[in-house]
Amino acid sequence: MKFGVVVFPGSNCDHDAWFAVSNNLGQPAEFLWHDAERLGDVDVVILPGGFSYGDYLRCGAIAKFSPVMRAIKRFAADGGLVIGICNGFQVLVESGLLPGALLRNSGLKFICRPVQVRVETTASPFTSEARKGDVLTIPIAHNEGCYYADERTLDQLEAEDRVAFRYVKNPNGSMRDIAGILNEGRNVLGMMPHPERATEPLMGSTDGLVVFRSMIARLAAR
Amino acid sequence: MSTITPELIASHQLTPEEYDRIVALLGREPTYTELGIFSVMWSEHCSYKSSRLHLRKLPTRGKQVLQGPGENAGIIDIGGGYAIAFKIESHNHPSFIEPFQGAATGVGGILRDIFTMGARPIAVMDSLRFGPLDDPEHGARNRRILEGVVSGIAHYGNCFGVPTVGGECLFEPCYNGNPLVNVFALGVFRKEDIFYAKARGIGNPVIYVGSKTGKDGIHGASMASAEFSEDSMEKRPNVQVGNPFMEKLLLEACLEAMQTGAIVGIQDMGAAGLTCSTCEMGSRGGTGIEIDLDKVPQRETGMTPYEIMLSESQERMLLVVERDREEEVFRVFRKWGLDAVTIGFVTGDGLLRVRSHGEVVAEIPNGALADEAPLYDRHASVPWRAAPMDAPPFSSCDLEADLLRVLASGDVCSKRWIWEQYDYFVRTNTIQTPGGDAAIVRVKETGTSIAMSLDGNGRYSYLSPREGAKLAVAECCRNLSVVGAEPAAATNCLNFGNPERPEIMAQLVEAIEGMGEACRFFGTPITGGNVSLYNETLGEPIFPTPVLGIVGLMKTEKPVTIDFKQPGRAVILLGGLGNCDETRFGGTEYAKAVLGQLWGLPPALDMDYEKRVQAAVRAMVRGGLVESAHDLSDGGLAVALAESSFGPAGVGAALEFATGMRPEFLLFHEGPSRILLSTARPEEVERIAREHGVEALGVGVTVEGRISVRNRAASLIDCEIGRLRSAWEGALAV
Repeated sequence: MKFGVVVFPGSNCDHDAWFAVSNNLGQPAEFLWHDAERLGDVDVVILPGGFSYGDYLRCGAIAKFSPVMRAIKRFAADGGLVIGICNGFQVLVESGLLPGALLRNSGLKFICRPVQVRVETTASPFTSEARKGDVLTIPIAHNEGCYYADERTLDQLEAEDRVAFRYVKNPNGSMRDIAGILNEGRNVLGMMPHPERATEPLMGSTDGLVVFRSMIARLAAR
Repeated sequence: MSTITPELIASHQLTPEEYDRIVALLGREPTYTELGIFSVMWSEHCSYKSSRLHLRKLPTRGKQVLQGPGENAGIIDIGGGYAIAFKIESHNHPSFIEPFQGAATGVGGILRDIFTMGARPIAVMDSLRFGPLDDPEHGARNRRILEGVVSGIAHYGNCFGVPTVGGECLFEPCYNGNPLVNVFALGVFRKEDIFYAKARGIGNPVIYVGSKTGKDGIHGASMASAEFSEDSMEKRPNVQVGNPFMEKLLLEACLEAMQTGAIVGIQDMGAAGLTCSTCEMGSRGGTGIEIDLDKVPQRETGMTPYEIMLSESQERMLLVVERDREEEVFRVFRKWGLDAVTIGFVTGDGLLRVRSHGEVVAEIPNGALADEAPLYDRHASVPWRAAPMDAPPFSSCDLEADLLRVLASGDVCSKRWIWEQYDYFVRTNTIQTPGGDAAIVRVKETGTSIAMSLDGNGRYSYLSPREGAKLAVAECCRNLSVVGAEPAAATNCLNFGNPERPEIMAQLVEAIEGMGEACRFFGTPITGGNVSLYNETLGEPIFPTPVLGIVGLMKTEKPVTIDFKQPGRAVILLGGLGNCDETRFGGTEYAKAVLGQLWGLPPALDMDYEKRVQAAVRAMVRGGLVESAHDLSDGGLAVALAESSFGPAGVGAALEFATGMRPEFLLFHEGPSRILLSTARPEEVERIAREHGVEALGVGVTVEGRISVRNRAASLIDCEIGRLRSAWEGALAV
């Protein structure tokens, strides 16, 4: 199995995702350039954190027009696993692969800190190795992480068990404490916390490993 | 063409004597463009004309030093085939005029200094000083400047993708009209990948890459070389505007282009922009450079040669590339969507020749600009100070209330509000996050980690510039030693007032000499840095503020942190109680926050003892003997004890003393060479201390939830941690 890490101009957690996968999980990983029309033989796509295209206009708003996103939409439609972390989550929302929007933090400041998130569902290829209710310590680092959607969408997300993670203590004003959500097909996850920053003891937490291990388990079971 | 009048010369901040020197060097009157070029290159900011003579007194060599001062950044060998480049630089003047962009471009400038040498930036730290937030007259403005500076640093560093891992932030009325923003950056690379800013190879093309040139930042370097007056706000257009996204692209493109092997030399365009990069690269390479301004990418039409040469538009670099290999380099920049154009070539005549619309608008020997700049041996008298030597009468009636006040003071309080706005974790190398004694960043490739610390103390330096600078060096080294790192090399930022005043010049000279002495003693050569003079507003100078950045090396492992971990552990004051008297108490945080006074002299430093304490704590930490270690600095023992108790475990300590020292001194004196640690193996700690000839005073035991200090059966402090913590945490948050 192989992980592909997308590199937009302005991505800056691409190396971190690559390092977590290849060094801390021992899985092959390669970079996917933003103007690539094809994804090659990757089994998982990681949209990493950063400031794609400078986050001009709105976070993720320009990235959705990149050739690689066209390929990723096809990949996702075919059931491929896609995880968007931080800016990657913003890109997924802008691209229409996930519902809702990510607004400026309610405190109007960038926040970098480890936060606790609760696993809300294990019925996904990103959380299957966790237990429902597990509390994970994973860092956040964002200025626009306040999840917003209309009431109907939020009700639907909950009814369909598509809220993957909730903040234990809401840091950014996200509606219903949402930290990560799944698409209808449950093969696309967007989350604001950075699981790749919690993959070895030196980073202060290894709680992010479960997200990657779940994906690996799903692919191994294919 | 304008005629050169005495008024025009004066408005370029050149003296009549300097102008005569220009005429002599050229053998003719300069053109208007040439006058502009000389004015920036000979500005204090670029030429160090007042400080150069004294900077020579600093030690710059050491066994690990690969590159000392004179390049874009200093470089040291960290073993395993790798090296680090690091430097600190000030952006004081722009940050006062436009806090957000001033600070942002300060970060941008120092990052370019690092990656222009081929190193990937892996850490940033900031040393900040503002006027007090509760200043009756300037408080609101000081708050606005603080918020602007912090969000400017966050904006640039976060987007660029470099972690801001630590620093310091202090408040003093002398910074009301002149905040200090000193930014430190550090990068890592393989030793064979070092690039230098030298133009070599006659006929090689000179290539301009990055942002287009606009009218922003013209004369920024000259602005930074003058005092502020009432109309300083009119200089806002002199402040540049930063684009961290562009800088991120420039970083990736430059590092990738360097791998082609086609790049001969590279320099960023910082202060004095195109002017500085062309003449310095020529001067260092012993060559000349000819450029054609018509080819320079421009953001707007109708820019004059003067404006193009002096623009300080950000995110630009100048490359010298091997002839006929331009395309290899262009290909990389095209990939990253950046402008890259050949604007000239290297010549053998040693001249900076600038053409515009077919005419030569400037033709100056490189050496005249870079090396023949004026050098002043300015008169130094006795360092200026208005503070009395004798202590006022004082006697505390409530030591616990005093501690709360010190903990809630701007200098000592928690800076979480600041550092949570910085992405301190990107690149996943940050092993010690902000809030510790030293920041630690690992180098993934080598198994080595870099510990780093910034320190300066304006109050100490005001009372004695020489001792203040020595104390800053000692504290930086102590911060590194507490986490087990061996201090290796230093960079400095010298923030002072107007050097044309002999009593200010005396501060500068004494601080440099003190710093030199201490850096020699602790084995931390200065590999580069920055001098920022004319930090005065309406004739009011800042405290002399030499800031040190020192880096140390250690094995990559989970670091020892400052907080107590478990109850029932022995608490040891390594280095002992220290000495204090009335005179030496006048520069302390207690004198400032509780008494509102400043007098006397800074704490006395015994460098030999300090060095032994540091060696002892390094041995203890490396031996895995201590569970927590925190150096005593601002606020002395009481503050170190409180901060050690603010960890997640909620463990405090009960301390017992039997000393005749007066209680204010016992709790709050700031004598150096002391470290508060907790350990499960006190005998071994004491043995190591004995071997190093330093005192390890058993002072108590860690306990759940409380802090108490008793002396000879009298209770000095007895308090729940939560009460202290809320005073400490709540002070800065809005």
